[in-house]
Amino acid sequence: MSSAAAKSGWEVVIGLEVHAQLMTKSKIFSGASTAYGADPNTQACLVDLGYPGVLPVLNKEVVRMATVFGLAVNATVARRCVFARKNYFYPDLPKGYQISQFELPIVEHGELFITGADGKEKRIGITRAHLEEDAGKSIHEGLDANSGIDLNRAGIPLLEIVSEPDLRSAQEAVAYLRKIHTIVRYLGICDGNMQEGSFRCDANVSVRPLGQEELGMRAEIKNLNSFRFIEKAINFEVERQIDLLEDGGTVKQETRLYDSDKDETRPMRSKEEANDYRYFPDPDLLPVEISEEYIEAARATLPELPDAKRQRFLADYELKESDAAILTASRAVADYFEAVTAATGTKAQVAANWVIGELSGALNRDGLEIGASKISAAALAGLLNRIQDDTISGKIAKQVFEAMWDGDGSADDVIDAKGLKQITDTAAIEAVVDKVIAAHPDQVAEYRAGKDKLIGFFVGKVMQETKGQANPGQVNKILKDKLGG
Amino acid sequence: MALHLQTLTELAAGLANREFTSVELTEVLLARIAEHNDTLNTFVTVTTDAALAAAARADDALAAGKGGVLNGLPIIHKDIFCTRGIKTSCGSKMLDNFISPYDATVVERMAAAGAVILGKSNMDEFAMGSSNETSYIGPVRNPWNLECSPGGSSGGSSAAVAARIAPAATGTDTGGSIRQPAALTGTVGIKPTYGRVSRYGMIAFASSLDQAGVITRSAEDAARLLGVMAGFDERDSTSIDKPVPDYVASLGDSIKGLRVGIVRQHFDQGLDDECGARVKDAIAVLESLGATTVEVDLPNLDLSVPTYYVVAPAECSSNLSRFDGVRFGHRAENAVDLLDLYCRSRGEGFGDEVKRRIMTGTYVLSAGYYDAYYLKAQKVRQLIADDFKNAFADVDVIAGPTTPTPAFKLGEKVDDPILMYLNDIYTIGANLAGLPAMSVPCGFVDDLPVGLHLVGAHFAEATLLRCAHQYQQQTDWHTACPAAFR
Repeated sequence: MSSAAAKSGWEVVIGLEVHAQLMTKSKIFSGASTAYGADPNTQACLVDLGYPGVLPVLNKEVVRMATVFGLAVNATVARRCVFARKNYFYPDLPKGYQISQFELPIVEHGELFITGADGKEKRIGITRAHLEEDAGKSIHEGLDANSGIDLNRAGIPLLEIVSEPDLRSAQEAVAYLRKIHTIVRYLGICDGNMQEGSFRCDANVSVRPLGQEELGMRAEIKNLNSFRFIEKAINFEVERQIDLLEDGGTVKQETRLYDSDKDETRPMRSKEEANDYRYFPDPDLLPVEISEEYIEAARATLPELPDAKRQRFLADYELKESDAAILTASRAVADYFEAVTAATGTKAQVAANWVIGELSGALNRDGLEIGASKISAAALAGLLNRIQDDTISGKIAKQVFEAMWDGDGSADDVIDAKGLKQITDTAAIEAVVDKVIAAHPDQVAEYRAGKDKLIGFFVGKVMQETKGQANPGQVNKILKDKLGG
Repeated sequence: MALHLQTLTELAAGLANREFTSVELTEVLLARIAEHNDTLNTFVTVTTDAALAAAARADDALAAGKGGVLNGLPIIHKDIFCTRGIKTSCGSKMLDNFISPYDATVVERMAAAGAVILGKSNMDEFAMGSSNETSYIGPVRNPWNLECSPGGSSGGSSAAVAARIAPAATGTDTGGSIRQPAALTGTVGIKPTYGRVSRYGMIAFASSLDQAGVITRSAEDAARLLGVMAGFDERDSTSIDKPVPDYVASLGDSIKGLRVGIVRQHFDQGLDDECGARVKDAIAVLESLGATTVEVDLPNLDLSVPTYYVVAPAECSSNLSRFDGVRFGHRAENAVDLLDLYCRSRGEGFGDEVKRRIMTGTYVLSAGYYDAYYLKAQKVRQLIADDFKNAFADVDVIAGPTTPTPAFKLGEKVDDPILMYLNDIYTIGANLAGLPAMSVPCGFVDDLPVGLHLVGAHFAEATLLRCAHQYQQQTDWHTACPAAFR
């Protein structure tokens, strides 16, 4: 619960509607391509354009995708679902109706679990998830006073996932959303790209005095395209509603847009929402019948889901709780981590540190997804093995990592080429230690007088002499022996 | 016999025997169009050049020993079917400027079989009408009496076939739009089972009721054409994947033992006595061929017209939303804003009957009315379908009148929608239940044709066609030609 709300004795109630774009090759009711970023109206066929006489034909892949989603959130997958027409006029809606699902959606009664503010697991109900087609886009820039319509997006399949009003704060809303985001990407049904709009969210927000049963009047906030904005928009809206109510006002049921530049929500023009959608079953499409066998076959294809994977990582790899959560937030990252771990003798926590630390840092720096990593899991494992067998120190390994990232080859290639192999020859290290001790008589005297901290100074000098290649453990031991003597 | 008087089957034989060429035939018919179209107003578009080119190709194909089953045979398409590169107006000012970029499946299949398209026939606007008076280019006249309506909405098709301008024409039937005009013009019209013929490329009026079919001069010709049009189409989700039988092959089979249902309610009130007498005569002919009659009950038949006039407008109100002036069709000039663009484009583009149905449909789907109208109508629709199902447990076909009266005068009912709607009382049930049905000429009342209506069980087209063909072996009503068009 946001602190402002907690203080004032109000309870926040939030329900989310997520629109996840399904990663099919062609559109939900036509054969046109779904690829993002093409020139306007180059990926819209006659069906998408709503030409006279054309008819929709269901892309069966969307049924499979919705089915696996339903199974992943422990929901009921309907044995029979129906497409309905949602009627309204808008230039980016070519047919004058959107094909959606209304009374009989494909998925109902699901749930997922988030970690609440108190650290406990909290169940969030999923009312339903239904299939529908996306609309096109209106374009206003560069057209003077005119508007353009791009129908490339018209007919892109969407899964609209509706939560119960179970969320009690902006933080919980974001946690829920991140969970949905993780699940759809695990299932490979949505790329989760919020910038390109393939994962979008509307939030229904209301407040009520603590202890009151009855829900307050809600406002729907649209246009939320990042986790950060969602949190900010909800917090803004909560404060707006509380201020309004505390001043004796009332909350209007309306649709509001979040403006991220001004960090505020404001009402949409009422004309844009005054719609009676006149839903009725689409007579151009037959009801979709889904057999028990189909559902079971889909269940058999389910990957290990984030919660189960996290539990396994904790149990099998003995990772830190937070690291297990980070690694399992993405299936690709988890797979990468497991591949590294499998190929090294090193401890899993070390592999985890490298994936979360150096690797994630480099990926972020270059704006890459893990699938495009310049260092493969096998290559990273090779590097970790060289630490494990004392060929290089952890510090030198970071240098090797950077060289590998820059394309200088495998860990062994880099170590050989740059002569970075660790010095483990005791005699050689002793020679350097002797030289350092001889060169710093004052510090030796201070150390021997009890200033133990100076050990770091001597280690540094030895490492400097050996270009960091001396085995740090051995250096420490030899220094202590010689200085102590 | 003069070429224009021959049936499709006779013309096919003549072409095959090299008695004439497709180009010669096409020229004869184009000349008849030129002669009579001003009087009858049967065409929205005449495709003279394309027709002659197609005819020449058909002649070449024949000479090369190739060509499909309709090779070189001229037909007309109702202007509701999208035809690539040709105006497809659907009888509406809204689409007066619409050149379709693609062919409907029906058009494609007929073309692939070698048919020659003479043009696009006039029709009620968006197929909404029973008299052809709602067409934006004006009504079609009935060749039997120019003061009368040829029926609707496929009135251009029925009048052209009756006037011997073309041997056959396609039509569509949502509540009787093939069968009623066929009855009123003395032609044969068949509406197949819902899902038998693809709706792809057929501009939708009421999607759950619309079905394409043909208007011809004989049951045999209808069988020939239906075989080409019918069959599964993956582009129409409601088309049914079921083999198409050889409709022509079974025409000669006897109808001895055929159980013909007579619906008690058909002969109650509202039916013109003389029409009833002609229909009874026709049933007697079927009996003389060995058919037996059984009285059947369709207790909910009287609910079919009100049910239809909830379901059809509801679907049409949604189907016609795409005509918004944005991407194609009529666009109002100098719109001040989006709402103005919508209101005036649609206000100017649609005629009164279309507007009436859009408003009715919008109303019955509205929040608070949906249950009382649309949902209730769907339930009654199921009852009507169940009535037919029960009846077909005992009979093979149901026979009765196609219309309550012969052709009515143009202007007579145009101001009274309810009276106009009642013209479809006998035909609408087959659409609501998705059943195949046809109208066959069975005599005259006051020199105007009367139609015998035959309804079959789902996918019983072959039975209907055989029954009609056997009837036509005993009668010559279908060969009668209006005097001015011999």
